[in-house]
Amino acid sequence: MNSTITQQRYTNGKPNLRRFHQARWDEEIIYELNRPGQRGLLVPEVEEGIEAEVGDILATLPPAMRREEPPALPEIAQPQVVRHYFRLSQENLGADLNIDVGQGTCTMKHSPKINERLIRSPQVTAVHPLQDESTTQGILELMYRFEQILKEISGMDRFSLQPAAGSAAIYTNVAIIRAYHAARGELDQRDEVITTIFSHPSNAACAKTAGFKVITLYPDENGYPDLEALKAAVSQRTAALLITNPEDIGVFNPHIEEFVRIVHEAGGLCSYDQANANGILGITRARDAGFDLCHFNLHKTFSTPHGCGGPAAGASGVSAELARFLPTPTVEFDGERYYLDHDRPDSIGKMSPFYGVTPNIVRAYAWVMALGADGLREVAETAVLNNNYLLHKMLQIPGISAPYAPGKRRIEQVRYSWQELYEETGVHSEELGIRAADFGLHYWTSHHPFVVPEPNTLEPTESYTKEDLDEYAAVLAHIAEEARSNPERVKTAPHNSTVHSIDHEPLDDPAQWAVTWRAYLRKHRIES
Amino acid sequence: MTHDKTIVYPYIPNSAPQTKAEMLRATGAKGTDDFYEDVPEKLRLRRKLNLPNPLLSEAALERHVRELLDKNETAVTHLNFLGAGCYQHHVPAVCDEVNQRGEFLTAYAGEPYDDHGRFQALFEYCSMMGDLLNMDVVNVPIYDGFQAAATAVRMASRLTGRYEALLPRTIMPGKLSKIRDYCKTDTTIRLVDTDTKTGQMDLESLQELISEETGTVYFDNPSYFGIIETQGQAISDIAHEHGALCVVGADPISLGVLTPPADYGADIVCGDIQPLGIPMNYGGGLAGFIASHDDERVVMEYPSRLFGIAPTRVPGEYGFGDVAYERTSFAIREEGKEWVGTAAALWGITAGVYLALMGPQGMADIGQSIMARARYAAMQLNKIPGVQAPLFEAPHFKEFVVNFDQAGISVAEINEALLARGIFGGKDLSHEFPHLAQSALYCVTEIHTQADIDHLARTIQEVLER
Repeated sequence: MNSTITQQRYTNGKPNLRRFHQARWDEEIIYELNRPGQRGLLVPEVEEGIEAEVGDILATLPPAMRREEPPALPEIAQPQVVRHYFRLSQENLGADLNIDVGQGTCTMKHSPKINERLIRSPQVTAVHPLQDESTTQGILELMYRFEQILKEISGMDRFSLQPAAGSAAIYTNVAIIRAYHAARGELDQRDEVITTIFSHPSNAACAKTAGFKVITLYPDENGYPDLEALKAAVSQRTAALLITNPEDIGVFNPHIEEFVRIVHEAGGLCSYDQANANGILGITRARDAGFDLCHFNLHKTFSTPHGCGGPAAGASGVSAELARFLPTPTVEFDGERYYLDHDRPDSIGKMSPFYGVTPNIVRAYAWVMALGADGLREVAETAVLNNNYLLHKMLQIPGISAPYAPGKRRIEQVRYSWQELYEETGVHSEELGIRAADFGLHYWTSHHPFVVPEPNTLEPTESYTKEDLDEYAAVLAHIAEEARSNPERVKTAPHNSTVHSIDHEPLDDPAQWAVTWRAYLRKHRIES
Repeated sequence: MTHDKTIVYPYIPNSAPQTKAEMLRATGAKGTDDFYEDVPEKLRLRRKLNLPNPLLSEAALERHVRELLDKNETAVTHLNFLGAGCYQHHVPAVCDEVNQRGEFLTAYAGEPYDDHGRFQALFEYCSMMGDLLNMDVVNVPIYDGFQAAATAVRMASRLTGRYEALLPRTIMPGKLSKIRDYCKTDTTIRLVDTDTKTGQMDLESLQELISEETGTVYFDNPSYFGIIETQGQAISDIAHEHGALCVVGADPISLGVLTPPADYGADIVCGDIQPLGIPMNYGGGLAGFIASHDDERVVMEYPSRLFGIAPTRVPGEYGFGDVAYERTSFAIREEGKEWVGTAAALWGITAGVYLALMGPQGMADIGQSIMARARYAAMQLNKIPGVQAPLFEAPHFKEFVVNFDQAGISVAEINEALLARGIFGGKDLSHEFPHLAQSALYCVTEIHTQADIDHLARTIQEVLER
């Protein structure tokens, strides 16, 4: 019996797996497109009147400062430049294209297109940061309003939007902590920062960069940060606790207030890593749990696009007591006009050249304004519902588990373990992930070290439908089954991706690694 | 807790009530509150956030945000001569086009398989920067030029085991503030005098300050005042004679005409790529680069991602991946070099598009065009009674200091008058550098026509004659 095309797309009432194949242009390196003499763009010619007066401008340079050899850039006409980059873009799996629940902790959500239109208007792009404040009242007002929004969401008293990214905000908060203890004359004594292994590695790394020793707490047997370990770690040397909650495994620490109390009693400050606050917007607030500082990533919770790894944006929030240490300048309002306050003697100084990643501040503001208080709560509740729905689906796959907090539901993400499948098949979690690329899906294991064995961190934000989540789970179920029935198929993946299995060995060998084309030509003795 | 569920949000598919009920049933939860059972009641916010009313329709949202932004004046409606770390250059349409491709814009941290395109585009960006800088190693961009400079200094400290850095006294004060904070942990910052006449580094002062404690000699070329440092080789020689490294901050758009710092002995070069096809964005369009020679010891001190080319199992197929990943905080947390995280990758791709469009001739043309226009502008301003431009006797690139001491009117007053006439005058330096008295930093790029510059000179003259 002939069936319709549509019917052929289903088996037993369920959609077949997507027959994905990523673009494979087999594209040249841009230097291979070099066609001497071609031009991609012309520069405004210097007018005769200028030339007549200035003469040979390059002759004003001493010979040692005049570039002798032109840079060995490729020469390419405009159509070929456009084509090259469009091909590369097709070989890249943006969140716009895929069910992007596989990049756990990254909060991959829809970045609304209206916000792209807004940030590409000249009122954003063509504004210079040093213009007179009378000409920048719009952007200053927007930044001021956004600060009020973040204050309400977190309960904090002041924010700086200056940090360029989440880790930059962590560093900013650590610098504030350092300034606070220095102002009290205790910095020499307080040289330790406590964090947890399921907090982002930048908490540990930024603390170390700022000169602190790092103490890392491991979870108790149920996956919660270990209260006894904290008590043992805290002392007069404690400068601060830097902690994520819910942690990267998706478990909310129910003793968080006690953690804060213990650190406060020892004279330390508490900083809340809210890079990802997606599951708790309008549910619980940093200041209400006693935190002195917190930070948000606007490119995670607040929807700004991740840009292949930035531009990002961070926001550092503090209690009233710490406000004097915030980066300079702050955005202020005197009832009539908005202005930048540069006169801040106790400030830690400038964290970035100007006032923050403006386009992302505009996008984040617009995102909140499209949702309001009810909408933000809907974001949180739906992200958490989606996560628990996916948890329910994933746990039906033989070979997977969700370690820790047994029987508990999770907040916005889960760190699964494929240990059982690995023991049965010898297929690693990373290999499952590479195979997932064959179905047009991202997949992420975990930060290092792998405390959860054979980890896989999934975070289905509010942006995905039930059917999207069903599809993701069905692909992983298929791959897990394949690991048993045809492990070679998994281990030799990807098959349908832009490129095939990469030999990583040269990347760690100083004699072979090549970070630029010129280094590649030199080290591998290729005639250009 | 009552909570109005009647709104279906376009960004949140499962806010549709029928879907939500179905999914809740699958999880066995009675309501979404069940998912928060670990959040202690005391910490639950049992009220609605006090936020402005939302603008639920896209039309209303667009109107609201545009009404806010329309309160800004722009460098389109005004003639702009501000620079000082953020520059108005022409942004090629192709740069914008690639930058807004959703495949790049909304991607993040995928593997070199599913995200091959970003790995290749960033490898190519680093490659073209490498050719501009005459160096073999360039990082995937970090936040901005300030961070690049601060990290470059700490890299030099670690490489030399010497924790003192010498910087010119005329460094941009904001950059100095960032470097001071960032180096507080391990590196002492000392300031070298600059020559009062040329604004270039005072080599005697450098000789006096440098010692066996010094790990870094840093300078910007061009300097904060737009001055081209012509003693680069002498400075790096002095640094090297004392066992220190020479770190140079460079403006990449100058390098079609100016000698790359590596050629006069720089060991590490850093700066901001905003001039390369990235809009000003009110100072929010920055990205930092760090570059060096391909020396294993130096490479192992980079905190940032480094992408390298690698073979795949298919002959002739280019693959990519992270070089020496084990040095990063992603791999080994606090034992890594400083930290790595999301930074400014898409601006790197965008700057790569810019360099691909420009090619060697475009970079030479734009460098020459900027130098000629800036020189012409200084000459026109210098003709005005009471105005001295440039204040320093040296070749300049893009920026120069204009002094108004003999005009009997402050920079603030001049800029106010210029603004009333549709011109953003140069940055007032009287607070940052009081010894320069009434001086301003003017920036002229390829976008300024002769007519623009003549208009500026005429207008300043009118203001001074008033």
